[in-house]
Amino acid sequence: MQDRLNSLIDLLLPVFATLAALLVGAVMLLFLKVNPITAYSALWEGAFGSTNALAETLVKATPLLLVGVGICIAFRAGVINIGGEGQMVIGAILGTLIGLNLEGWPGWIVIFLALLGGFVGGAIWGGIPGLLKAYFNVNEILSTIMMNAIAVQMMNFLLRGPMIDPSQAELASKIPQTARLLEAFRLPRLVPTRLHLGAAIAVVLAILVYILLWRTTLGYRIRAVGQSPQAARYAGISVKRHIVLALLFSGAFAGLAGATQVFGVNYRMITDGSATGFTGSAGFNGIVAALFGQLHPIGTIPASILFGALLVGANKMQRVVQVPSALIIALNGLVVVFVVSSEIWRERRQRDRLRAAAIEGEADASGPSPAVDPEVGI
Amino acid sequence: MSDRNVLPSGQAKIDELEMVGIVKRFPGVLANDDIDFDVRAGEVHALLGENGAGKSTLMKILYGLYQADEGEILVSGERVEITNPTDAIAHGIGMIHQHFMLVETLTVAENVALGLKSTRGLLTDIEHVSERIDELARLYGLFVDPAAYIWQLSVGQQQRVEILKALYRGAALLILDEPTAVLTPQEVDDLFRIMRQMADDGHALIFISHKLHEVIEISQRVTVLRDGRKIGTKPTSETTKSDLGTWMVGREVSFRPIKSESEPGEVRLRLDNVSALSNRETPALKGVSLEVRSGEILGLAGVSGNGQRELAEVITGLCPVTGGSVFLEGEDVTDKSVAERTERMLSYIPEERMRDGMIRNFTVAENLILREHNKAPYARSGFLDLDQIAVHTGDLIQEYNVKTPSQETYVKSLSGGNIQKLVLARELSRQPRVIVAAQPTRGLDIGATEYVHQQLIRQRSSGAATLLISEDLDEILALSDRIAVIYEGEIMGTLDAHDATAEEIGLLMAGVRPDERSEAVG
Ligand SMILES: Nc1ncnc2c1ncn2[C@@H]1O[C@H](COP(=O)(O)OP(=O)(O)OP(=O)(O)O)[C@@H](O)[C@H]1O
Ligand SMILES: [Mg+2]
Repeated sequence: MQDRLNSLIDLLLPVFATLAALLVGAVMLLFLKVNPITAYSALWEGAFGSTNALAETLVKATPLLLVGVGICIAFRAGVINIGGEGQMVIGAILGTLIGLNLEGWPGWIVIFLALLGGFVGGAIWGGIPGLLKAYFNVNEILSTIMMNAIAVQMMNFLLRGPMIDPSQAELASKIPQTARLLEAFRLPRLVPTRLHLGAAIAVVLAILVYILLWRTTLGYRIRAVGQSPQAARYAGISVKRHIVLALLFSGAFAGLAGATQVFGVNYRMITDGSATGFTGSAGFNGIVAALFGQLHPIGTIPASILFGALLVGANKMQRVVQVPSALIIALNGLVVVFVVSSEIWRERRQRDRLRAAAIEGEADASGPSPAVDPEVGI
Repeated sequence: MSDRNVLPSGQAKIDELEMVGIVKRFPGVLANDDIDFDVRAGEVHALLGENGAGKSTLMKILYGLYQADEGEILVSGERVEITNPTDAIAHGIGMIHQHFMLVETLTVAENVALGLKSTRGLLTDIEHVSERIDELARLYGLFVDPAAYIWQLSVGQQQRVEILKALYRGAALLILDEPTAVLTPQEVDDLFRIMRQMADDGHALIFISHKLHEVIEISQRVTVLRDGRKIGTKPTSETTKSDLGTWMVGREVSFRPIKSESEPGEVRLRLDNVSALSNRETPALKGVSLEVRSGEILGLAGVSGNGQRELAEVITGLCPVTGGSVFLEGEDVTDKSVAERTERMLSYIPEERMRDGMIRNFTVAENLILREHNKAPYARSGFLDLDQIAVHTGDLIQEYNVKTPSQETYVKSLSGGNIQKLVLARELSRQPRVIVAAQPTRGLDIGATEYVHQQLIRQRSSGAATLLISEDLDEILALSDRIAVIYEGEIMGTLDAHDATAEEIGLLMAGVRPDERSEAVG
């Protein structure tokens, strides 16, 4: 009974943390002379208030989940991938090229090839920093960020020139966008909303990545390399190869997220000159979602939905109570801070509990009590 | 310094320190169970016990790193609260840890001053610190250059810096947790000289070691712990090595493993004129040639740092050669990877088990499959077979008598001896054809040491070719069939274990060749 209660508290802790963050946000709203209750009910309404709102939340959560799942792989291998934005862009470009050039092919084949293209594009964009790190010792944080910049410029160039919508090319306005994808090439909708098949694909992939990391030898190797490169080397595991593989996979999932955005939501690529214009910062927010989900692919599912909800709900809140959009970003940040701190608290609680259990169950030390090292923090 | 209550360092003595009824629990382990322990000014009190007996835990409580669940600490009869190392230092308690806590890129003086208030506010007062270090060094015979960088110092010198650091902070009571485990015999002698002087001057010293002869040599009293409980305290003069051994383990232990005559078979490991660089890019091996046959143990004696680590890593494929060849069962594997050599049933018990041999944040089960994780029965076509892994892990834990709360326990919370048992379980259970065992009993208690020795002998009987690298001459003499001595990256000579004497090996270890010796005599 006590145990049940404890694990329930642990499970709900991120929720409490989110509530605490919203409470601090409420104070900020009061300073802006806005009624927090009105604001937050608008946020809730916007995120979950109707089938449409819920669908919208899931649509926003989809790229976060895909990127986040990739981040789990990279971070577990001990490499930091900050290149989600660029990997999404490249994945989207490759997918779009396939979609635009295979007219006349059956829809499902094109969709499959385009998503595969996105996967491969992202893999290349993640793999390059991986190779640079493994073989030339180039810091992956710097190289992935730089790859973001390159990807954006490539997108801008392509959408203004070679890939521009032919009808735009003739106009004076020359909006940098591609032609629209054929109706048949769009990802099927799940319900009569904007919710598309990509969301389901993302959930399935999250489960597959969980299996990859904890049930396969490849995942075992990736985690070993992340935990102790020396021990991995000792065991005959190639550290270089697995660093490259981890970044490759990590990039691939981001690339898939990019292609999914094009084929499930926008049906074309369009640029405002920045990466965010296309990605909505999913390449960065996916990192936050993964961390929130404790770098566990399954944990990243609810984490992505939460952040998706915040993004969608915030829009509505902004419209209803007219607060600056910076507040929304601040709110997002608050949630992250509170969740991370609650995580530290949770570990401490767990430790105390194990200690107490050790006292009670001294006679039978057989129980599976994962020992915790009090010297190590999170 | 005529005042009888003051130490040469100027600090007040701790006449008597008592720990009363100390209880400390960890998840699934009762590490200290109602322990009474005391130490007085002017004595060396040795603390003995098997791996995981609770020695380090008791000392960490005294130094404020852990909090006791029950019990109290009395300094000269007065109860004190020690909740962190700062409190401990304020009460004159210092600790030299099993692993040094020095910053390699700083100088001796900077390390000593680290974390202390400067007499000059925000500015450092290194000259002042250096003067005081020199003064303390003179008083205690602890000679080190305050301006030297830590990375330039030998392990023994680094230990002196740790002692200086504690004295500088006013330690009257010094805890030394396995200080000799990393030292050469010469350095141990130096340390003992310093310890004796400190005790004579009125310091109280607590000394932890697994080497019984050291305990007999240096301590006045000895306390034995077993499974977290105190077995007793006795004046050292009233005990013998075998008494202590029996006391610690709860049964008689043999110091000399019994082994049959060797029946060497075919050559399984051969090094031909191998050269290699150290990780500092200096020549570490200079044309080493040696052979190990099936069914024999070749002991490699030598003072540490003479190329032993590189030799082990050249054989296992972790370190590239700059010349020469390595053969496993007649096949040239010089250019083969670690994995390919593992395939040929080469097993390696690494010197740094916590760094190379184990992954701290992996579970016991995950660590046990480290070497063969991609083979049946642990894996099938790329997928881990968790059921099989659990079964085999359970078997190995039982067979090798590993004390762990569960298979899912993280390795970082096991004691040193149990971690080494895990390494052995993993490396020896795969029926290796060639074994490289580097310092396999370093830091292990006598029970565990005996166990490791038995296991190596068992492997020898089943035909494995074993290269035993050890600094412990007793171990080399007890286990080896032949003994090679390494000095500055060269093999000084290979002797038959039957007629090798410790003196002879000692001379070779010091770099004196037999021909030079006869010249010197003649
Ligand atoms: N931080 C910790 N968390 C959980 N268990 C611990 C921790 N530290 C020690 N233990 C457990 O407490 C017991 C006593 O460990 P301790 O380190 O005191 O042994 P020891 O006598 O110093 O052994 P060794 O000779 O191997 O150094 C062991 O079973 C160990 O696994
Ligand atoms: Mg210890």
